Amino acid sequence: MNKNIERLYNGIIKENPTFVLMLGMCPTLAVTVSATNGLGMGLSTTAVLVVSNALISLLRKIIPDKVRIPAFIVIVASVVTVVQLLLQAYVPAVYDALGIYIPLIVVNCIILGRAESYASKNGIVESAFDGIGMGLGFTIALTCIGFVRELLGAGSVFGRVIIPEDFHISILVMAPGAFFVLACLTALQNKFKMPSATNVAGGSSIVCGGNCTSCSETVCAENHKKIAAAKAEEAKKAAAEKAAKAEAAKAKKAAEAAAAETKPDGNE
Amino acid sequence: MKELLLLIVASALVNNVVLSQFLGLCPFLGVSKKIETAAGMGAAVVFVITIASAVASLIQNFVLIPLKLEFLQTIVFILVIAALVQFVEMVLKKVMPALYNALGVYLPLITTNCAVLGIAVINAQKNYGLINSIVNGFGTAVGFTIAIVLLAGVRERIEFNDFNPSWKGSPMVLITSGLMAIAFCGFAGLI
Repeated sequence: MNKNIERLYNGIIKENPTFVLMLGMCPTLAVTVSATNGLGMGLSTTAVLVVSNALISLLRKIIPDKVRIPAFIVIVASVVTVVQLLLQAYVPAVYDALGIYIPLIVVNCIILGRAESYASKNGIVESAFDGIGMGLGFTIALTCIGFVRELLGAGSVFGRVIIPEDFHISILVMAPGAFFVLACLTALQNKFKMPSATNVAGGSSIVCGGNCTSCSETVCAENHKKIAAAKAEEAKKAAAEKAAKAEAAKAKKAAEAAAAETKPDGNE
Repeated sequence: MKELLLLIVASALVNNVVLSQFLGLCPFLGVSKKIETAAGMGAAVVFVITIASAVASLIQNFVLIPLKLEFLQTIVFILVIAALVQFVEMVLKKVMPALYNALGVYLPLITTNCAVLGIAVINAQKNYGLINSIVNGFGTAVGFTIAIVLLAGVRERIEFNDFNPSWKGSPMVLITSGLMAIAFCGFAGLI
């Protein structure tokens, strides 16, 4: 049970897909004109993530390793189709607002990333909880960004106008505003040195420069692994250096002590 | 003819795929450090999107609609596009090695470009025929190329500029894209 709660915490806070991992930027920028849209997109993605994670985890021993990516894509695409039809039938308003971005959930790298890096290696329950955690993290992030854009741009909260029209910064609900809001967000993260994919110190040797806004789908999962490995190596190196320094200091001390010991000897 | 020209202008400039529809942001932000690589990526995108929209339109109009299987659209399109990119890569390698050497690095990256699937879905939603689909796909890809080459040009210029370190890197790229998006809003009056 603890492990499941840990998965939720991991998805919502520690590895938040939008704020920390910077995955799935296309829907993040496109649908966050209002908090409601962000919420709808987030929840649809959550549904897809949970079901696809569970299915992939269930089938992980049957799918041959060589064709796993196409197999994952087919599973994800089927789930997305189901979600799309459900939305069309029961919440047509959300379906119309999100439009083309619903079928594009298939190419959202969060989903394939989780399938590849978590669901294909873990049990069904954990994978489902991982999907819930990641999905909720994504939902919360989209809703927050949507909330800020809607409040400043259209002066409303979940559709209810609270700021008079003279004070709207309407560019924020238009296309350029999405870029500006995200720019401010990443700049703040850089400023406060918060854990974020844009914060990789000094750039890395990976093709994409360790800049995770640039990755997508399977590439990103691999790159994240590489970055993690590089970070681990760096930490190891630092630790080794520290140990070496400590040892050197110790040796120096010992030598000094020995010298001090031999000095009186020499004096004698 | 006039209609097709309007379609190209609309898809390349007015509804620019990256700056107003937010498709294909990943390569847009990632492969735009240098003008040459940006142009290479753009050329590869033009190539793949044009072929992909033709194939997707053929499948939509001659297989899915007659069989009343439109709901399978997403699954079919994504598989076809993934297979198509692999296939294009193999054919290019065999038939046109020079072109392959120029575009080769970028081709695998395109499988994961959501613009390709996005255009296929848009074409299907708007009920475009084969010709319109190809023209729309081509126009969109040209729009992508214009945007990414412009961004790369700006990025080369501002690379060594002295501004607040917090804004270095992706925040400044995003601000630049935002300003470009404002500029592209001006094209709305064209049609």
